[in-house]
Amino acid sequence: MTSLNVNGRAVTVTADPDKPLLWVLREDLGLTGTKFGCGVALCGACTVHLDGSPVRACVTPLAAARDKRVVTIEGLARGDKLHVLQEAFIEQDVPQCGYCQSGQIMSAAALLAKQRNPTDADIDAAMSGNICRCGTYQRIRAAIKQAARRLGKGA
Amino acid sequence: MAPSLRPSRRDFLRAAAVSGGILLGFRLPVVATAQPPAGAPTSGEFAPNAFIRISRSNVITVVVHKAEMGQGITTALPMLIAEELEVDLRRVRVVTAPVDDAYNHPQFGMQFTGGSMSVASEWERLRRAGATAREMLMAAAADTWKVSLASVRAENGRVLGPGGRSLTYGQLVDKARTLPVPQDVPLKDPARFKLIGKPTPRLDSREKVTGAAQFGLDAKVPGMLIALVARPPVFGAKLHHLDAARARGVGGVTRVVEVPSGVAVIADSFWAAKKGRDALQLAWDEGAGAAVDTDVLQAEYARLAQTPGRPVQRHGDAEAAMAGAARRIAAAEYRMPYLAHAPMEPLNCLVALKDGRCDVWTGTQFQSVDRVNAARAAGLSPEQVHIHTLYLGGGFGRRATFSSDFIVEAVHVARAAGAPVKTIWTREDDIRGGFYRPMWHSTVSAGLDASGAPVAWKHTLVGQSILEGSPWAQVMVKDGVDATSVEGAAEIPYAVGSKAVDLHSTKSAVPVLWWRSVGHTHTGFVVESFIDELAHAAGKDPYQYRRALLAGRPRHLGVLDLAARRAGWGTPLAAGRARGIAVHASFGSWCCQVAEVSLQDKAIKVHRVVCAVDCGLAVNPTTIRAQMEGGIVFGVSAALYGQITLKQGRVQQSNFHDYPVLRMDAMPAVEVHIVPSTEPPSGIGEPGTPLMAAALCNALFALTGRRIRSLPLVQHGFESA
Repeated sequence: MTSLNVNGRAVTVTADPDKPLLWVLREDLGLTGTKFGCGVALCGACTVHLDGSPVRACVTPLAAARDKRVVTIEGLARGDKLHVLQEAFIEQDVPQCGYCQSGQIMSAAALLAKQRNPTDADIDAAMSGNICRCGTYQRIRAAIKQAARRLGKGA
Repeated sequence: MAPSLRPSRRDFLRAAAVSGGILLGFRLPVVATAQPPAGAPTSGEFAPNAFIRISRSNVITVVVHKAEMGQGITTALPMLIAEELEVDLRRVRVVTAPVDDAYNHPQFGMQFTGGSMSVASEWERLRRAGATAREMLMAAAADTWKVSLASVRAENGRVLGPGGRSLTYGQLVDKARTLPVPQDVPLKDPARFKLIGKPTPRLDSREKVTGAAQFGLDAKVPGMLIALVARPPVFGAKLHHLDAARARGVGGVTRVVEVPSGVAVIADSFWAAKKGRDALQLAWDEGAGAAVDTDVLQAEYARLAQTPGRPVQRHGDAEAAMAGAARRIAAAEYRMPYLAHAPMEPLNCLVALKDGRCDVWTGTQFQSVDRVNAARAAGLSPEQVHIHTLYLGGGFGRRATFSSDFIVEAVHVARAAGAPVKTIWTREDDIRGGFYRPMWHSTVSAGLDASGAPVAWKHTLVGQSILEGSPWAQVMVKDGVDATSVEGAAEIPYAVGSKAVDLHSTKSAVPVLWWRSVGHTHTGFVVESFIDELAHAAGKDPYQYRRALLAGRPRHLGVLDLAARRAGWGTPLAAGRARGIAVHASFGSWCCQVAEVSLQDKAIKVHRVVCAVDCGLAVNPTTIRAQMEGGIVFGVSAALYGQITLKQGRVQQSNFHDYPVLRMDAMPAVEVHIVPSTEPPSGIGEPGTPLMAAALCNALFALTGRRIRSLPLVQHGFESA
């Protein structure tokens, strides 16, 4: 039995402690917004926040999340009010196939949480672990900057 | 993706007549059938054709019959209908079509998504579908009010009539349902378009940024199990010995079964299935596939290229023109590797078999073919198979196979399990699973006249055919020449004098498939690199040289001039930078790209790509820009790093560390310029991909004087900056 907090909710999971958090989220908790892309932390599709830091859930064993706070893409909005990054991704028409977008947004949200006005180099550093095969990088960069501007204005 | 060549309607009639099972019969475009497709709810709804349903409560449903794999088709097709139906696009509910003949491609006679064809092939049919519904709703209102049809008009989901009369479409449903479906309705004058041609936000963005969008991998049914399949380490190998004792001992593993494609480990979770698969002890009869070695293959291709192949194109007497040329450009050898599609979502397929019914949930581009293949594997008839198409986490052609490999396998697994099973591929399974863009070798030579203009052009291509042996071969393979092998090389737009193009179609155990832009991926690189070689040999500017040879090709010149101007061609660049240009037509569209690169030691930096595209009338400029950006990234990834190699039959790559793709830090600034046009819309998903390798290598030549003729660039010691 492993207890953790997922998107503000206390949960208890009976899965093996070595089961990756990705599959616990998807299979045991029904949170399928977090995606499987490579299984070895190379693509970022499974990025979630663990106590506020971005981690690759595909290589994070459940045991490492014990008693910690996990936030997934499903936990980013406040009710119907989307996170400023989600709004910016929509306004910049970022998603194509959309499969990598949860991971992209979670990486970007972690970046903006610690760096309100990221430079291009900051964005490169924070986002280069997330692959987008559709090639939406330019729009992701624009969306992050738009969200940063909005945060700067206190929106 | 499906081939870009468009065989005549007569060809397809013939093919459909003889092929039976797979090409499911030619159909005239379905403009208006009174019968909605099987499975579509009808009670109380107005459904004048297979694409539109309007409920009494005024819910307007558009049925999208093309797979959404990122190209924005679930926005573009509803736009075509909403324009003519006079409804607010944001109010439209989009649903995915079942498999039904009503959704067949008007010419191919089957339901599929590919070949960058969706908007082009539906441009007429879906506008007509919308217009038909609109005219029927207007007639219903005129009849209700006892006024003339000419005195009513449709606007924003309502019909308006004299004296301020107004009824919503929903209020007209019951009457409209009783009216005959008109056969020849008027379409709007494009000058009156409110939606088509306007940059329009995608309809699927919100669900894709909240994690709500359902991909194949997210499908779930009660009692579902998960399977991973251990496939042979060598293409074509057969299972020799299986020891599943340890695998069966893994907690959560319920069954280990042999299926035609390998050994399936079925479990209550992915993790258990993976641990179970890792514990399998397998021995294989490797067969001839174990001899495959891409280095050996490359040498074999080079040797073949020196011998005459199947004639593809003969124009004039190329030998004589070459002999008489003022200057001969020695044969240049171009080499391109096998490439994997590597969509972000690994392949997967959920199958539930119950009571003579087979339900399939997956992301696929090839529904008609898949239904027939799944039925065969399930021992059912195609009508008993129901394919539920979910979002595709990338397709790029991989999810369109004639064998329906990942679907058929999942049916076998579910049959063996006696329970619903989702078969999931890992990334390693995907990279090593075959169905690659074929490896290619091209040898090209030319003769120039005294002014440097070409008078002779010889091109010999060597590589595997995608379509040979497939149901499309009878239409697309003629006299041993697969049209997709030579598209972009058989016909070239440049005035090159006499021409001879030959093809050697090779055989290999390695399965091949279309890969975003199909044959153009290799021919675009070769033709656009070699033209650049000729320009330099002639001492001419590569842009001006192309320009002169494209006289009388206005749409080529349109994109060429636009991209060159926007890129500042000929203007000074920062020290250490150079530009390269390429122009290529594919899938009915014209595209030109100018790449700006620099080199620090061995590290290539692509700073900027300027792209001009002419795709006819730009239905949704927002999506067109996105598809160009994506096509460019796909092309840069392949040019810099993409290669699948084999030794002793084993694929050497396995995941994104050894099959790298472009990441954020290497992303160039991309500018897309769309040529204004009133011509019918043409392809957009693929035409952005074939040019990048040539544009990059042409820029590298301008920078270093070193001509790169084989891909990827990393094999030449280059790195990505």
